[in-house]
Amino acid sequence: MAAEQTATGYIQHHLQNLAYGKLPAGYTRADGSVLSESTWTIAHSSQEAADMGFWAVHLDTLGWSIGLGLIFCLLFARAAKKATAGVPTGFQSFVEVVVDFIDKTVKDTFPHRNSMVAPMALTIFMWVFLMNLMDLIPVDWLPLAFAHGTSAITGADPHHVFFKVVPTTDLNATLGMALAVFVLMIFFSIKEKGALGFVKELTLHPFHSGKWYIDIFLIPFNFLLEAVSLIAKPVSLGLRLFGNLYAGEMIFILIAIVFGVGVLGFIGAGLLQMGWAIFHILVITLQAFVFMVLTTVYMAMAHDREEEHAHDQ
Amino acid sequence: MNINLTLIGQSITFLAFVWFCWKFVWPALLGVMQEREQKIATGLQEAERAEKDLELAQRKAAEQLKEAKAQAAEIIDGANKRANQIVDEAKEAARSEGDRLKAAAQAEIEQEVNRAKEQLRSRVAALSVAGAEKILSVNIDAKAHDDLIEKLAAEL
Repeated sequence: MAAEQTATGYIQHHLQNLAYGKLPAGYTRADGSVLSESTWTIAHSSQEAADMGFWAVHLDTLGWSIGLGLIFCLLFARAAKKATAGVPTGFQSFVEVVVDFIDKTVKDTFPHRNSMVAPMALTIFMWVFLMNLMDLIPVDWLPLAFAHGTSAITGADPHHVFFKVVPTTDLNATLGMALAVFVLMIFFSIKEKGALGFVKELTLHPFHSGKWYIDIFLIPFNFLLEAVSLIAKPVSLGLRLFGNLYAGEMIFILIAIVFGVGVLGFIGAGLLQMGWAIFHILVITLQAFVFMVLTTVYMAMAHDREEEHAHDQ
Repeated sequence: MNINLTLIGQSITFLAFVWFCWKFVWPALLGVMQEREQKIATGLQEAERAEKDLELAQRKAAEQLKEAKAQAAEIIDGANKRANQIVDEAKEAARSEGDRLKAAAQAEIEQEVNRAKEQLRSRVAALSVAGAEKILSVNIDAKAHDDLIEKLAAEL
């Protein structure tokens, strides 16, 4: 924690992403200068990042998530390429354990035929796990290294350089994945049941009398209920992951503040950080698993036909 | 906490990684794993079959051994029986040969006895005649008393 910063400033600095976006002409920047024309630039303060609106990207979130995703893809693709049916060794056995575990979990929850769901579950599990794992790196290491590195190269003020290393503590990342899952849900719903079948599912459930003159009045209620439950799926999916990891990181940041409070604080914070990190290993794995299982369940729901529901009841 | 274009970027990234995993990672890994599973299953099956074969062979060998033993016992039995038979036959032959020899010897003895009797008789006849001649001091016509002498000899 830098001496000239307040605790609030420290926390805020840690919770701000490295945003790249467009600032309008005549905008007063954080350092007091006024822009003569609209410019694409990196935000120097939280206010600037907020003023960039929707058309901005978090370079750190995207960078880390793509980087970690690439690590996963390349490692597993290499393992897949080198894999033999003989005795598995080293990394191949690890990969096979993971694949076997995912395959069993998916088979248990997803009874339909779709070759995409299991690989998607694997991608989600490993990717989210890796992104969550970044949370275990002490909160200051990478941001400080990055800030001082960039200031050494570009001459920028290190306090203006924001850097968040855990993509899953960015609501954009978790909701982005949930959004993709949502799109796939709707895509498979329509593909399996047809557009009409999907509309029927949204309007003729859960209340259904079989007589059209009663059903007409039930449709609005049904649609409201079904739409809420449909929208709630991706929202809860994204928010759950975000909430868990955001809270976890927040505690790491709070513990990091305690490091600066004398010798006793240093030792206490050290113990606290270790304890929380050990506990967090569970959270990291569990949240990756939960995201994967829920996605699989949603995919199974998208594949479920109405008639099957009727038979089930 | 700003919602911005990162959301869309993350969605596209997600789909891209899922696609990559779907096309290049999952099928290869699962294929290899299934192939190994198959291999292990066949291996186990073959081991089981080999075990069964071994057991069968062992049983067959034991059976053959038993058969051979029985055969040997039978052969020995037959040989023993044959040997007894041969001994019996030899005994029989010896006995009959002995009997025959005895019978022949007896017949010869009888013959000798008869011959001796005959000689004795003829000698007795001659002696009696000579005795009588001497007693009577008369030359007796042997021919005339042949009848008498014959009767005498037959009485001996």
